[in-house]
Amino acid sequence: MNTTSNINKMKLVCPAGNLPALKVAVDNGADAVYIGFKDDTNARHFAGLNFNEKRSMVGIEYAHQRGCKVYLAINTYPQASGWIRWKQAVDLAAKLKFDALIAADIGVLDYASSKYPDLRLHLSVQGSATNVESIRFFYENFSIQRVVLPRVLSLKQVDQVSQSSPVPLEVFGFGSLCVMVEGRCLLSSYVTGQSPNTFGACSPASAVEWIKTEGGLQTRLNNILIDQYDDDEPAAYPTLCKGRFKVGADTFYAIEEPTSLNTIALLPELQAMGIAAIKIEGRQRSPAYVKQVTQVWRAALDSCEKNSQNYVPQEQWMQTLHSVSEGRSTTLGAYHRPWQ
Amino acid sequence: MNGIPKLSLAPVQYYWDKSTMFEFYKKISKSQIDIVYLGETVCSKRKLLRRNDWLDIAHQLQAVGKEVVLSSMTLIEANSEIAALKSLCKMNEFMVEANDMSAVQLLQGKPFVTGPAINVYNPLSLKMLVNLGLKRWVLPVELSREALADMQNSKPEDIETEVMVYGRLPLAYSARCFTARSHNLPKDDCQYCCLDYPDGLLLSTQEKQKFLVLNGIQTQSAKTTNLISAMEELKDLKVNIFRISPSFNHTPKIIDIFYRALHDNYNIKKANQELQDLMPVGGSCNGYWYGESGMDLHCLTEVPA
Repeated sequence: MNTTSNINKMKLVCPAGNLPALKVAVDNGADAVYIGFKDDTNARHFAGLNFNEKRSMVGIEYAHQRGCKVYLAINTYPQASGWIRWKQAVDLAAKLKFDALIAADIGVLDYASSKYPDLRLHLSVQGSATNVESIRFFYENFSIQRVVLPRVLSLKQVDQVSQSSPVPLEVFGFGSLCVMVEGRCLLSSYVTGQSPNTFGACSPASAVEWIKTEGGLQTRLNNILIDQYDDDEPAAYPTLCKGRFKVGADTFYAIEEPTSLNTIALLPELQAMGIAAIKIEGRQRSPAYVKQVTQVWRAALDSCEKNSQNYVPQEQWMQTLHSVSEGRSTTLGAYHRPWQ
Repeated sequence: MNGIPKLSLAPVQYYWDKSTMFEFYKKISKSQIDIVYLGETVCSKRKLLRRNDWLDIAHQLQAVGKEVVLSSMTLIEANSEIAALKSLCKMNEFMVEANDMSAVQLLQGKPFVTGPAINVYNPLSLKMLVNLGLKRWVLPVELSREALADMQNSKPEDIETEVMVYGRLPLAYSARCFTARSHNLPKDDCQYCCLDYPDGLLLSTQEKQKFLVLNGIQTQSAKTTNLISAMEELKDLKVNIFRISPSFNHTPKIIDIFYRALHDNYNIKKANQELQDLMPVGGSCNGYWYGESGMDLHCLTEVPA
């Protein structure tokens, strides 16, 4: 996957939870926008979010007229009782001519690749492929054409995978950070009965309570205390791996702090590795978020492409990204070995 | 495929020293267990037992008539981990349990098992794996009895279904070592602190509710799942194998209780009570089986005769 003479032009893949978000992503320089349908076939199955058939058509037309691609995420794991919804979603993806289908479940991939051989397939991050043999499995069996890597690999490991992967790689650049390997985290269903795999949501809003007490503001998930805040502390959404818990005598962020992934400083390295695309997380976020983040990343990718040797993230980019980050802080995550 | 379900023992999820591990399996060899899954599945840095040590244990168990399956790592990132996986998958003496799709890729064409971390959520997925050589699959732990019933109705007759019926639930895997983190140690210099926690390190809420267990890069439930009260349903659904996940204490006794419940018409309510007393801290749960939150506990309402 390495490029030596030609500069590797990394594509910018941006999220959209609704049509206004899709439009601002397109208008501000996304190379591709990814969306989901209004049900549990995708991993951002939130109330008021996502696209029906008509909105999808409008979005695809808007993007295609402006040279931008549209991907569809069907990246949850269907069970027999709900299979028909996933099948219909794949059928609709082919009918509407999405530029790629982002899928995880081997049943969904099997159906899509055998029924619609011309439909381009990407392996979702929920497919949990963290090494080249896993990627080969999906490539040989379903002819996937790109893999989105889970956010658990170090930069060196990404490089190793990139060197021997049969297909181009997409990596997460910015947004909420899963500390667990995606597609194999059941913490949410353990507490709420609904997980990203089964329901398309982690720590679903229907299970969340914010309770004011004498000891401060409590955030609860299906009555489990996730965190407790003093009056002067900003409270975070109770994603269950990002609460403060007791281990031994200490109370701390035992699993992960509420923080966002930001790899903008790593662009030259990712470019040199031959990474095909940078993914921005956040289909659940507002069009304003999508606009700001798309602008910053477009500028950063253009700058890196022009002159990767002298590339330095601009202070203003960093400020903008910090301002829209979870917990108003960012991390290099697993890319940076000491974080692990 | 009829008859009484077999009992299996999942790979030890924790890091125990070598003599403890050998002692443990010596006791297991004297138990009524039918199938034993062996190997390190959580962290590739845990090397007190090398491949040859595991094979020694495997041969000892095989010599007393146990079926042995070698289990592969769950989260595979580094090239060194791929190399170890390749050599494991090349061996033909024992069947291998795949815990990552990389293992499925390397095992295709010969008989293999998929462990609970392989996402087999629907009949089409199972069929696809059967075409590649799958002989046995373990139900992903978050799936319910309804999901299992649908799978059982559509699967080929000769494919075995295994369900985890007892033990702390494996819930998540990460690049980060949470045990090292809790000791303020970097993962690269973890000092093997997980050796100090033979049943994992308890994580509680700020209200002191026992919530999760940190086991290196793995997160488990603090509660022990226990499906003994659903035994008749499991049998009706033609589950072939009941899987028990080891705990540091009492594992042979736990095996014995399940064996007697299966073979000797042992009173389920009594068996259930005995199991409660053998669990590590945290209590018990069975919610996933009923399609609810995994941590929930459905009480036994009706006691089969």
